[in-house]
Amino acid sequence: MISALLARREALLVVAMAILLVAITRRFPAFATPANLANVFNDTSILIILALGQTAVILTRSIDLSVAANLAFTGMVVAMLNDTHPDLPLALLIGLSMLIGLVLGAINGILVWKLDIPPIVVTLGTLTIYRGMAFVISGGEWVNAHEMTRPFLDTPRQLVLGLPVLTWIAVAVILGAWVIFTRTAVGRAFYATGGNPVASVYAGIDVGRTRFMAFCLSGLVAGACGYLWVARYAVAYVDIAGGFELDVVAACVIGGVSIAGGIGSVGGAVLGALFLGLIKNALPVIGVSPFWQMAISGAIIIAAVFINARAERRKGRIILRQVGAPA
Amino acid sequence: MTDVPTHSPRAIPDRLDTRLSRGLRSWEALLFAVAIAIFVANAFASPYFLDPWNLSDATFNFTEKAIIAIAMAFLVIAGEIDLSVAAIIALASTAMGAAVQFGIGTPGLVAVGLAVGLLCGAFNGLLVCRFGLPSIVVTIGTMSLFRGISFVVLGDQVYKGYPADFAFFGQGYVGWVISFEFVAFLIVALVGGIVLHRTTFGRKVYAIGNNPLAATFSGVRVERVKFILFLMTGLASGIAAVMLTSRLGSTRPSIALGWELEVVTMVVLGGVNILGGSGTILGVVIAAFVMGLVTFGLGLLNVPGVIMSIFIGLMLIGVIAIPILAGRVARHRRSA
Repeated sequence: MISALLARREALLVVAMAILLVAITRRFPAFATPANLANVFNDTSILIILALGQTAVILTRSIDLSVAANLAFTGMVVAMLNDTHPDLPLALLIGLSMLIGLVLGAINGILVWKLDIPPIVVTLGTLTIYRGMAFVISGGEWVNAHEMTRPFLDTPRQLVLGLPVLTWIAVAVILGAWVIFTRTAVGRAFYATGGNPVASVYAGIDVGRTRFMAFCLSGLVAGACGYLWVARYAVAYVDIAGGFELDVVAACVIGGVSIAGGIGSVGGAVLGALFLGLIKNALPVIGVSPFWQMAISGAIIIAAVFINARAERRKGRIILRQVGAPA
Repeated sequence: MTDVPTHSPRAIPDRLDTRLSRGLRSWEALLFAVAIAIFVANAFASPYFLDPWNLSDATFNFTEKAIIAIAMAFLVIAGEIDLSVAAIIALASTAMGAAVQFGIGTPGLVAVGLAVGLLCGAFNGLLVCRFGLPSIVVTIGTMSLFRGISFVVLGDQVYKGYPADFAFFGQGYVGWVISFEFVAFLIVALVGGIVLHRTTFGRKVYAIGNNPLAATFSGVRVERVKFILFLMTGLASGIAAVMLTSRLGSTRPSIALGWELEVVTMVVLGGVNILGGSGTILGVVIAAFVMGLVTFGLGLLNVPGVIMSIFIGLMLIGVIAIPILAGRVARHRRSA
């Protein structure tokens, strides 16, 4: 029973969250009301969206540490445009945020694909560059709530069928990611590239191009999140979402996405993000200082990596290693 | 990230390179030229640059990070990484701050700082070597954990009141303009260079980075060596924590925030292969000077810190990309 649970990460996470919820509601019944849970989901939407983009990248045995910097730059660009040109249509700004995000992601992808630079080095570099660019275009100034137009700020929280638009966007991205990962050739290529790059090449998959696609996807959603973040928190400055890339990677790891590539699911990544979101929202309710959050998420990441390694090892044992097989 | 390397068939050269010509074309020589160029550019850009005291001040910029970078170079050459180094500084500094509240004197404080560094390194090493977990995610986790504990202890508070003689480690001078920090850096670099390049231990580190399986079959106790390397990186972070805390004279949980990226940049800029297996201490030392000179020179020109970080990011990608591009162009020309 336990081992079956460990094998299905989604089930393990659901059980863990259920236990957490039951424990909290025994003392604070209001926490588990549907309305509050919907709030938690909405609060976690941006993390979910970014985690799905990151999942694509990690599946191909890469990592994208530049997502939060991408988000900060893109958010700053659209916020400043909205400030200086309030008459620009919102759809144009959202489209622009996605385009900028895509270009920034493509730059990562090109460096990984065409120059064979390890993804961690590329995105460590672009992480500082993108955030620096946010400083360059803004001169370190803030764009505050009163400088942005109402529709720009209000659209993500508009209620549609009782839920905010931001929640619906997250749901749409989840569905989209599910279709891409499980129902398209490129999704299959993500898994193959990370699972065994050498075999993928023999199977006719362009490994470099597949990684490029994954980085583009991650950049695209990071750009979209740039707008969503600025609109949601009604402020844009250089340091928004500082360090958020680690939360994103953490959500993936907690969700059972293997850092070695090839293993992971949309459901796992979403539940991993929700698990972090649940804890973040529960801490103030149960009266724990928010300063605990960082240490707790660190401990959870380590526990998750530990469980991941166990689950992956149980897959089977190589009895006779083939000559020339990678260790 | 742990890509299968594609080996090109090894061509046998007609003529062996002489030691000198190989040295001149090495990564270290290129870096050294860059360092000289930046030094000269700085001297022209600012009239205050060539002052000995000014140059001494410039070293404070990078010595703490460089000490960690030398230990990190070992780890990266062995095919692992430690992203928790800055968080270790925060935790060690917090522990020292707490020790001050109990009236512990300067030698005790140093011992606390170094011990916490070692313990954190041992924790990382245990998770990676004993349980076989990937170091990149483990240390992302411990990075949150260590700094998180620091936040739990301190919150928005600050530790102050370090004893007066504790200031020596970050602010003291050994003689004339030579600071204690700079001397410590040179000693760590020298010891690191000897251990990596002149001992069997160093040889084992390279062997592990190139092929851990082959190293195991050659009788290298891979996990034990890696564990020692995590201890070393933890200790180096502890040393940096003592110096930084002494220099600032206070501890906040956000101390040394983001340093892990600069340390990794220094290591990669120094020519250490991020996939493991190659690199030199000399390269890392020169890279430390390059980064220190760039940030200090830009600082003299009143360039804000964020812009400097753009330069660092561009340098990180540029120094890796340019040789690859140059090699590709050269190969293209030869085959045409």
